[in-house]
Amino acid sequence: MSIVKIENLKKKYGTKTVLAIPSLSISSNQITAIIGPSGAGKSTLLAIINGLETPTEGKILFQDEEFSSTKRYSQKARRSMALVFQKPLMFNTSVYKNIAYGLTMRKAKTSLITERVEAIAAKIGLSGQLKQKATTLSGGEAGRVSVARSLTLHPLLLLMDEPTASLDPVNISLIEQLIFDAKTELGTSIIIVTHNLFQAKRLADQVIFLLDGLVIEAGSTHDVFNQPKDPRTKAFVSGEMVY
Amino acid sequence: MNFIYFIDAFKEALRLIISLEPELYGVIFLSLRVTFTALVLAALIGIPCGVMLGLYQFTGKKLLVNFINTFMSIPPVVVGLLVYVLLSNETGLVGDHRLLFTPFAMILAQFALALPLMIGLTYAGISNVDPLAKKSAISLGASPFGIAYTLVREARFAIYSSFIVVFGRLIAEVGAVMMVGGNIRYQTRMMTTSIAMLKGMGEFQTALALGIILLGLAFVINGSMEVLRNYGRNN
Repeated sequence: MSIVKIENLKKKYGTKTVLAIPSLSISSNQITAIIGPSGAGKSTLLAIINGLETPTEGKILFQDEEFSSTKRYSQKARRSMALVFQKPLMFNTSVYKNIAYGLTMRKAKTSLITERVEAIAAKIGLSGQLKQKATTLSGGEAGRVSVARSLTLHPLLLLMDEPTASLDPVNISLIEQLIFDAKTELGTSIIIVTHNLFQAKRLADQVIFLLDGLVIEAGSTHDVFNQPKDPRTKAFVSGEMVY
Repeated sequence: MNFIYFIDAFKEALRLIISLEPELYGVIFLSLRVTFTALVLAALIGIPCGVMLGLYQFTGKKLLVNFINTFMSIPPVVVGLLVYVLLSNETGLVGDHRLLFTPFAMILAQFALALPLMIGLTYAGISNVDPLAKKSAISLGASPFGIAYTLVREARFAIYSSFIVVFGRLIAEVGAVMMVGGNIRYQTRMMTTSIAMLKGMGEFQTALALGIILLGLAFVINGSMEVLRNYGRNN
């Protein structure tokens, strides 16, 4: 079953086409990694799925709800997904309020907010820092808070744009564990953009290889890494330059 | 003029404060009333306008921002003249209401001076917030009101600063309030208009004493606002 379907998607900046995907389906309750070199259109695809950017042509279907240049997601659809950015932005308030942000915006009950924030804070090892100003956290801690505040929402779809870029191995391992737990415990579907091929191998059930805005190959992690059909995929996963 | 002259002016300022002279305190309270009323009204309208301007893209936005920036540096006497014309018996649209030479006219003039500043400074504050803050708010499911609230929170120190800047401009303003208030004793006489009048009368020492009191007031109020701002920064 698909959580996201893409139909005849095109994204242009001026005359330059940065994405052209005739058809793509992303399975639910799985971890899908989008890999590809810089400028391939990975982050743009994620932003379009999230509704932050509008497609020039075509549409996205998220749980059969359409998003296109003329149709926006409903608030319910928007609130069923969350995006973790590469650069974690901490709101200028406490760690607690940062983690609670999405729930507060949904006007959730205080007891539910407290319960979820405390549970996830324990998981990310920041229970003792909930009152601390989030802007004073280290890069690794901010990265964990950024993932945690999305997970408190129990989203159906979690979009992650290189959430572990420039983090140390301990923080990478912690965030990868959170991603696994979200899939197994909450049934969240996850789409993660990563430059780290080892991470894609470790985490993903499905892999999509993007190059110059085109889907070159999509399939199971095993197939894409071990039996790539396209020579460009083979060159990329083996570490050769494909620019 | 020598150093002793300033010492004497300082002594005169102290004497005036201690004397509890009703006229002096009337002038101080009118100055504060006019300034704070205009400041609060300008904030109530200017902050939401600045936030909207920062949040939304629309045709003619650049032109509108240009207009606001221009009005931020409009000379107070021009504002005074415009309000005078508006309220005057002969030329005004609302001349029949006899509002000229009243505190209302002075508040209106100061409000007109403060509004573009409040909008412009709030807009600048919102524009300086990291664009990721808006994207993060959207991606975490904030409603349009929630997004606006989040950005105001992120820009709150810039907005506090705009209060201090606008207060400074209003409390020191003389041209517009003189023109529309008329510096009428016990009615529309403010600290700045008193200073201008005393200077005209050659009573430099009393004028200086009033200037020192005005400076002291501004110092205390700015200091309080700064304490509030630092409290917000640390909490």
